[in-house]
Amino acid sequence: MERLGTLRRNKLRVTGAVVVSTALVLGAAACGGDDKSGGSGDELTIGFMGDLTGENSGIVIPPSQGAQLAVDQYNATNPKVKIKIKKYDSQGKGEQAVPLAKQAITKDKVVAMIGPAFSGESAQVGPVLEEGKIPSVSPSATNAALGTKGWKFWHRIVGNDNAQGEGIGTFILNGLSAKKVFVINDQSEYGKPLAETVKATVTKGGATVTEDAIDPNGSDFSSAVNKAKAAKADAIFFGGYYAAGGKLIKQLREAGVKGRFLSGDGSLDKGLAKGAGGTTADGSAIGCPCLIDPTGTASPKSKTFAEQYKAKYNTDTAIYSAEGYDAATAFIEAIKAGNDTAEKINEYLSKIDVPGVSKQIKFTPQGEPAAADVYIYQVKGDTLPLLGKAAEAKIG
Amino acid sequence: MHNFIDQFWPSTVDGLALGSIYALVALGYTMVYGVLRLINFAHSEIFMIGTMVVIGVLNLFDVTSLYGGFTLIAIVIGLAVVAGVASGGSAVLLELVAYRPLRRRGASRLAALISAIGASLFLQQLFARVVIPQAFDLPKEKGALPVQGHFVQRNHVISIGDFVVSNDKLIIFVGAILMMVVLDQFVNRTRLGRGIRATAQDPQTAVLMGVNIDRIVTATFAIGGAMAGVAAALYMLRFEEAKYDVGFLLGIKAFTAAVLGGIGNLRGALVGGLVLGLVEMWGSALFGTEWQHVIAFSILILVLMFRPTGILGESLQQARA
Amino acid sequence: MSTDQTQVKSAAGGGAWAGVVERARRRSANVVPGLRELLFALLLVTESAGVVTDAFHDWWVRQPGWSRWTVYVLLIIGAILLPAEGVASIMSPDTDWTTLLFFPVGGYILLAIGLNVVVGQAGLLDLGYVAFFAIGGYTMAVFGTKYGWSFWEILLVGIVLSALSGIVLGAPTLRLRGDYLAIVTLGFGEIVRITANNTDYIGGPNGISGIPHPPQLTAWAFPESFPFGLGGVQPFVYGSLDAHSYYYLMLLLIIVTIIFAKRLERSRVGRAWASIREDEDAAELMGVPTFKFKLAAFAIGAAIGGATGVVYGTQAVSIIPTNFPFILSATILAAVVMGGSGNIPGVMVGAFLVAWIPERVRFLGEYRVLVFGAVLVLLMIFRPEGILPSRQRKAEFAEGSGGMGSMGAEVATATVVEDTAELDDAAPAGGTEAAR
Repeated sequence: MERLGTLRRNKLRVTGAVVVSTALVLGAAACGGDDKSGGSGDELTIGFMGDLTGENSGIVIPPSQGAQLAVDQYNATNPKVKIKIKKYDSQGKGEQAVPLAKQAITKDKVVAMIGPAFSGESAQVGPVLEEGKIPSVSPSATNAALGTKGWKFWHRIVGNDNAQGEGIGTFILNGLSAKKVFVINDQSEYGKPLAETVKATVTKGGATVTEDAIDPNGSDFSSAVNKAKAAKADAIFFGGYYAAGGKLIKQLREAGVKGRFLSGDGSLDKGLAKGAGGTTADGSAIGCPCLIDPTGTASPKSKTFAEQYKAKYNTDTAIYSAEGYDAATAFIEAIKAGNDTAEKINEYLSKIDVPGVSKQIKFTPQGEPAAADVYIYQVKGDTLPLLGKAAEAKIG
Repeated sequence: MHNFIDQFWPSTVDGLALGSIYALVALGYTMVYGVLRLINFAHSEIFMIGTMVVIGVLNLFDVTSLYGGFTLIAIVIGLAVVAGVASGGSAVLLELVAYRPLRRRGASRLAALISAIGASLFLQQLFARVVIPQAFDLPKEKGALPVQGHFVQRNHVISIGDFVVSNDKLIIFVGAILMMVVLDQFVNRTRLGRGIRATAQDPQTAVLMGVNIDRIVTATFAIGGAMAGVAAALYMLRFEEAKYDVGFLLGIKAFTAAVLGGIGNLRGALVGGLVLGLVEMWGSALFGTEWQHVIAFSILILVLMFRPTGILGESLQQARA
Repeated sequence: MSTDQTQVKSAAGGGAWAGVVERARRRSANVVPGLRELLFALLLVTESAGVVTDAFHDWWVRQPGWSRWTVYVLLIIGAILLPAEGVASIMSPDTDWTTLLFFPVGGYILLAIGLNVVVGQAGLLDLGYVAFFAIGGYTMAVFGTKYGWSFWEILLVGIVLSALSGIVLGAPTLRLRGDYLAIVTLGFGEIVRITANNTDYIGGPNGISGIPHPPQLTAWAFPESFPFGLGGVQPFVYGSLDAHSYYYLMLLLIIVTIIFAKRLERSRVGRAWASIREDEDAAELMGVPTFKFKLAAFAIGAAIGGATGVVYGTQAVSIIPTNFPFILSATILAAVVMGGSGNIPGVMVGAFLVAWIPERVRFLGEYRVLVFGAVLVLLMIFRPEGILPSRQRKAEFAEGSGGMGSMGAEVATATVVEDTAELDDAAPAGGTEAAR
């Protein structure tokens, strides 16, 4: 749902690979900023952009930590060219992200960008990175439209909302065998398109669908709850973030609505169960194009990653931490292969094909991940164990 | 239409419950407006402080089990008293810091409005960045996320066909009406209440008649704040969750309710709150919840076009409360 | 410079300076000791600043035309050189200065000049000004992406459309007074945003992306040898990365708008607005068609907001409804009031500060909005009339009748705020402590 990313490199860049608009850059590049971030000739800077202090920082801090972990591991091998991550706190807002991205390109000379984390800011920052010829890999921006803009430097390492919506829709039809589905969206640029894809998928599969919306900034969701109750649905899908999702589950259950609650990656957080209170959220199924797999159910690599992550940050892996790690890995691989300019790195990304933690790191020409598996997680107390791939998972 | 008829009774019950909270918060706006002609933008943060105090108290006593029946009523009264004191106190402090210096300098109301917006931002951020992480032992970056306090065992106290009322909604409605009656009596029957009315009516004359304006202003903020505290306790009874900006949307709606009913008019706040709550819920049932706020503001504009001073007309003294 | 100072002295006179200490003492008198001294010191500074700006203003109005024009030209040259490297490293070490200068700085300044027409000149409280900004932005997005019109054509359409929407909003609601108008405009702002969010034709919550840049006017560039880090900059080529051209576009728009607003202020329209602001009933009785003029203020303010939106939209490439939140209306209003409602240089300073402070204090991390809120409160406490208040407003203020500032006309009855102010001021002068 969101993403960040800026790579930067200081010194090499002056040699000029990237000189987009000579004019602009000369002006901006000349000043003191260089010394600060420039460092020795053998260090490249990669940016990480996203909401690091704002309301949704809970979904951005794990990927930033994942990326940091990957870079630290790489630097510990004492390579010829070291990498530095510089973080840009956009608060998830386009109007803050755009000048930061320009600063990253012209002053800080990033060679690549991880992010931006969110889709809204990605839409505004994308053209800037494109013109600056800085490759980006977002660990979390899932809005489907981003992949259709023809950007050559933009990538994401997470399945988009179409893939996610279809995955969850398939699971509702096959895994749950639901006939009546109630779809709720939070009116955001993330929740609404996701909800619409789910709706389209289950409608095609023969289920009856009714729908409504909520305002996530409000607290009283009773009009949506009343409609859900009247619909007597077997499955209720909510497209939105967990802060509202928890409250929604609580109010649904209090009103006696029985259908199984489902949601997407924005709700994949312990906060969902906490907001619903007690064990109210238990049994809810959350789909996500991300892999959080500390026990190594899907791959042993995840287990190793989870252990290293825990050792470094003293917390469990969370949403998009593996994707953050993989985004950084993509750039590390590029730099390892001797690419030291933004354009060469971008070139390399079009051919990259290495195993990552969450999936095989490989991009389509549009910048989408080649493999976009959707996984289903089930709420159990305050844990979110992995149930399996959306196409295969089954409940009851 | 089909939806609307189906959901008429549930929407009505939910609308009245929501409207009761609007009404209690609207009281704070309307009292301050009546006396000072000031839109106290930071009133929403006074409400937020109330909700945080409620969660704090629940944590303090380590409330983990759920309560119903008369125990619940007793708990809510206790919480309302604590939150009322905390919110009332904060409101008085807010007036002292952010409004009184402006009043002394004879600043424009516009300046006071900006000071209020500044105070509102400051308080929101103070809680998100400092108070909430400290008080609830959260990592710093989680201060902007919701915090919970679960304590309510819900059950249906009235159930006639579609007309189903749960205990929490009933307590909210009765509580709001009760507070309104108490406040109405207070403003009409006591000396202090007379002072408030006199000041609202004609401040210059009130001063000449020996009314101490500063005392009246302090009392107004204290009472308005206390009502926001009570509203916070009732809000927590229903939603059991709050965050640093919980007051923002609610505050805008409560102010809308105050204007709808006739700003400066206590009974107007009640009428405006309930009407707004009902209109929102009925409108959402009819047109879809994504239009909820559009419906609310459209009704406001329509009402003001035909009754330019709100449903009951303005001013604290005219409507005798 | 020395002649300036003499003139300052002769203009302000010893009396003005003596009053400073007196006023500062009086206003800090009721505060607890300890805080009192601090307050006194701060008030001394703000009061002195007031005397200096007054003196400057006195000097300024006596200058002949040519010397004023010299100053204007110098200011414009200064603005052109503002994106320079040296300035950037001081003003904005953490984020791209030129982009900041375009938006939020330039954008807020233009919005503030527009809102100032409504709030500062006509005295109408508008809490939903962001609606017109949004209408401008969406006009750019729709006509640019769906009809392929060029920026310059759309700028005109955007101005007309937003002015029309100002009239549509104003016609039924401008008969309302004061805070009723405030809440109605707030509601209108929300209605516009939510309707955009719910309308699939304009992308719903996804908004519109792929908005075209303006066509380049000329590929001319500053010579490479040009100092200030501007060498090689192409000021008329519009792209995503280099914000210089957009900044100059915004600058041009700001200059045109200032000239327009200034001429209006001094025309019959401006005088009508002043009369409405000070006493609407009296204005009506004197034969001023108040409704018509209020509607004009609304339409003109809306048009300026719309123009800002068009320029913002073309630079942003993509816009979504959440770019236009209520808090932006409040921020612009704060800029107008804290700069000095009614005075164009004042509101520009206010807008600059409101846009720049949060970005400059990025090093404070998550505490920066907290600091911003506190600064707003402090500024209003120490300088409620704004940083650079207008002369006329100050006179109204001193007289008491304008104590409500720009809201004077909007309040039918006297208010406590102004009453206590009078008492406060009267007490030390006349010694009538009995009033309290």
